[in-house]
Amino acid sequence: MTTLLDVKNLWVKFPTRNGIFDAVRGVSFSLGKERLGIVGESGSGKSMTGRAILQLIRKPGMIEADHIALQGQNLLNLSEKQMRSVRGKQISMVMQDPKFSLNPVLTVGDQIVEAYRLHNKASKAEARAKALEMLEAVSIRDPERVMKAYPHEMSGGMGQRIMIAMMLIPNPEILIADEPTSALDVSVQGQVLSIMDRLVKERGMGLIFISHDLNLVSQFCDRVLIMYAGRVVEVCQADKLHEAKHPYTQGLLGSLPKFDAPRPRLEVLNRDPAWREAPSVESTS
Amino acid sequence: MSNALKIKDLNVYFGDHHDLFQAVKSASFTVEKGSSFGLVGESGSGKSTILKALTGLAPQWEGEMTVAGQQLGLKRDRSFYKTVQMVFQDPYASLHPRQSVDQVLSETLKLHGFSDINDRIEALLKDVGLGPAFRFRYPHQLSGGQRQRVAIARALASEPQILLLDEPTSALDVSVQAEILNLLSDLRAEHGLTFVMVSHDLAVVSHMCDQTAVMRNGEIVEIISIEDMRAGKTAHDYTSQLLHASVNRVA
Repeated sequence: MTTLLDVKNLWVKFPTRNGIFDAVRGVSFSLGKERLGIVGESGSGKSMTGRAILQLIRKPGMIEADHIALQGQNLLNLSEKQMRSVRGKQISMVMQDPKFSLNPVLTVGDQIVEAYRLHNKASKAEARAKALEMLEAVSIRDPERVMKAYPHEMSGGMGQRIMIAMMLIPNPEILIADEPTSALDVSVQGQVLSIMDRLVKERGMGLIFISHDLNLVSQFCDRVLIMYAGRVVEVCQADKLHEAKHPYTQGLLGSLPKFDAPRPRLEVLNRDPAWREAPSVESTS
Repeated sequence: MSNALKIKDLNVYFGDHHDLFQAVKSASFTVEKGSSFGLVGESGSGKSTILKALTGLAPQWEGEMTVAGQQLGLKRDRSFYKTVQMVFQDPYASLHPRQSVDQVLSETLKLHGFSDINDRIEALLKDVGLGPAFRFRYPHQLSGGQRQRVAIARALASEPQILLLDEPTSALDVSVQAEILNLLSDLRAEHGLTFVMVSHDLAVVSHMCDQTAVMRNGEIVEIISIEDMRAGKTAHDYTSQLLHASVNRVA
């Protein structure tokens, strides 16, 4: 498999009054043309890992790594200006909540057209046609009307599809999706995921799917990294997640209420301090 | 067995004359004493609105609501809040940021006319699995799960018979969710409580409840026992769709 992205020994640090806090501690993985899931609880560093790849960590946060190589090019050596052309064009990111991630004062059409024209030399008419095509690709029934609408006129599921359209229109090689369906109802989640899956497959992109939802990840991804306290504690094939070896992964799985297997009590996770100290597991792909 | 709660032909409205919106359309259900009843549905289906109408937070309603044999009018008196208490979804928003756990609980206890406040606070904290060390902490010094425990302690302060739970664990991690759900089951067994639980997560509702109402667009489409639901014996198509979507997450 060709490697699109290779991350080696990634650290994200935040200086605090009580010394430096390490949000991500020595994470390494590589991504090919696949769906890679990153799961963990809140505060495990999964979102920070995604943001660090795009250098979207706000100051005074610091990113350190041996390398973050996008097809051989180390992103850490790029200037902020060069980084801007990487974001969107080569790697783009879908955020959790469309309510906070779309610009409320621009129409949906203007935002998608802007995303396209930022990275491609195209006339307005050309970009508009492209945007309409993209909205259709994400299964929006009446793209003409949606182009003229403002984000607040859209439902959550529509908003999320619009965001996916906007992120895919520059045709990036890698899509990072940070909890893209957590704010949506289960029935809408399925639609949004299948749209994302189809587009990613058609275009041969790599997908990093960040989520707290173990069941979802095990059904949707090819490979999963499980993070705990800023480290990767286990890497496994998504369909073999239920055979996971690490006690943390097993504990997480055990704490889920199961629809088809009722139990009087749920298992409670007993956190072992050793999990925090153990070194990150390397992913092998 | 007697009924803890009975709702008949409940309609709830929001807004005024020209843009009146009917959020709940002639909903009827009964909850037996000591049982646990679920309300499931997508966002906007009206499930939380029913709880709001019950507690008096949505004043524009018509129909019949009976709680512990008492028919409800427009006003709720103190004895109602001694019988019924609510736990809200977001423990980050439902606790006053500048009141310590002690203040939150003692104010509630004072309002309900208890005099042995000191002992009761200790007992309540013990009930929800928090040590006495948590008594003088502020919400920002607590994790999400600990905050939800405080919110549950506050709801238990008046020694209610019925707890209304509005998505009590959807803001929490799965491992913390397990702790809170276990705590709620224990408390129900210990105090003989009746639960009405709103959730969008069928797995959570099937773990906690005996029976559930499935809601869509303000209407109850089906009331079904959890055993029937597990066996796939659904009467309405929408219930089967919802079941399918929550088992096969990727369409």
